[in-house]
Amino acid sequence: MPETDTSPAPRRALGISVENLRKSFGSTEVLKGISLEVKPGEIFVMMGPSGSGKSVFLKHLAGLEIPTEGKVRIDDINVADDRERPKVRLALVFQAGALFNSLSVFDNLALYPREHRLYDRKTIKEKVEKALAMLSLSDAAEKIPAELSGGMKKRVAIARALVMEPDLLLYDEPTSELDPIMAATISEIIADLREEFGVTSLVVSHDRDLAMTIGDRVGIMQEGELLAIDTPAGIRQMDDPRIKEFLNPAIDLKNPRFKRSA
Amino acid sequence: MRILHQYLSEFGQAFLLLVRSLRHLPSLPRQMGRVIEQCYLIGYTTFPIVAILSFFIGSVLALQTGYSLQTFGAVDFIGTIVGLSMARELGPVMAAILLAGRVGSAISAELASMKVYQEVDALITMNIPPERMLVLPRLIAVLLMMPVLAIVAIIIGWLGGAVVASQVSFIGLDPRIYFDGITNFVAFKDVLDGLIKAQIFGFSVILISCHVGLQTRGGPREIGNSVTRAVVLSLIAILFLDYFITQALL
Repeated sequence: MPETDTSPAPRRALGISVENLRKSFGSTEVLKGISLEVKPGEIFVMMGPSGSGKSVFLKHLAGLEIPTEGKVRIDDINVADDRERPKVRLALVFQAGALFNSLSVFDNLALYPREHRLYDRKTIKEKVEKALAMLSLSDAAEKIPAELSGGMKKRVAIARALVMEPDLLLYDEPTSELDPIMAATISEIIADLREEFGVTSLVVSHDRDLAMTIGDRVGIMQEGELLAIDTPAGIRQMDDPRIKEFLNPAIDLKNPRFKRSA
Repeated sequence: MRILHQYLSEFGQAFLLLVRSLRHLPSLPRQMGRVIEQCYLIGYTTFPIVAILSFFIGSVLALQTGYSLQTFGAVDFIGTIVGLSMARELGPVMAAILLAGRVGSAISAELASMKVYQEVDALITMNIPPERMLVLPRLIAVLLMMPVLAIVAIIIGWLGGAVVASQVSFIGLDPRIYFDGITNFVAFKDVLDGLIKAQIFGFSVILISCHVGLQTRGGPREIGNSVTRAVVLSLIAILFLDYFITQALL
């Protein structure tokens, strides 16, 4: 019997092109004309305070939101179009994992290749086990998501993305609600996946350490606007007070922010 | 007027969901595992409550008609009245109402929860259409199970009527006369009409429940609201369709 090939399928790193992206919910404009390019194989980190529109931006890249105005193209494919989106193999690691609660961890990972009939049963099993092992989750294979801690759920979500063998990996706040060690582990995993598979990664986060450590380039968003894009070193040296404050917020107990803003 | 517009809009969107789901019919052979699972949920778990309630509906019907007909000395017709009522109206309507309460609510809660916790979004990003995985198997399962539930409701309703008609002292009808009333006056077409109604009601209930569940937006609190909306819309649809289907089948 021939040996099963569990090596990942050949990948094509995809570029992202966002042109004047605007999104409004009712009268509230959440994204105010975002334009950027992400190069194939790059790790791009989009940072910004809570409520700045980062997750909405990410949902547009995943084709989960339709732009009010502007274009989002991944490798020249319009992901907002239901007929075109299947041409892009992208994986989104959701902030809360978005694991299927009725399925075991193993079945969560196996769902994509099974539904798309990518491999035979044995190969799927081997690929799932390999992904679980990569993220130190082998013991959790038969557990259901409700039995997992927050950090494990995130790792399962990343493992599920790995089994998809995506051309583009999107991460929504991958280190939120995690302890510093787990956050560092997740950051290492993101960087390692790019090293190993050359996959383009876009990370949305307000974790400064993650952005400055693993990002090839970093974008800063605030109130739906893109303030700056640069390398981590370039971002650190910027003079814009909003960026400075976001990167180095000094705690001032004598003159607290919430009283100043009120 | 606004409420009417809102309801019409909901039913229209549910119809569009049906169209989108039917596009995935060619994938049905691959969905058989899910269809069987849904048959179990729709059929097996609803069976006991349909059986119990149908028994009592048949009983009450026999009691009421017996009480009224005894004045005219016409209790021999109880079998015919219960037989026709259960077959043409109460069996399918009660089975559908129980389906809405027992299964429709569970489906809308499950899908609403999947929507709120981004499981549906995860499916979309994985290029797995939610209509194919979550809606189509349920629609097929209800088509398979609803006739069974309706038949159960009709037959157990008849039996409930027979027990009351024969055991209640002021009626005291011989069960043979009761069942003669059913066999002589309830035609195959009456039962078939009932099954057609049940099929349409059941299908509508599941479609509406799936639609409402998948339309859920917001936080966990919206899951409860979706369940309420799914059941209310299902009941409206059952009673609305009942009139027009009855008229069409007469």
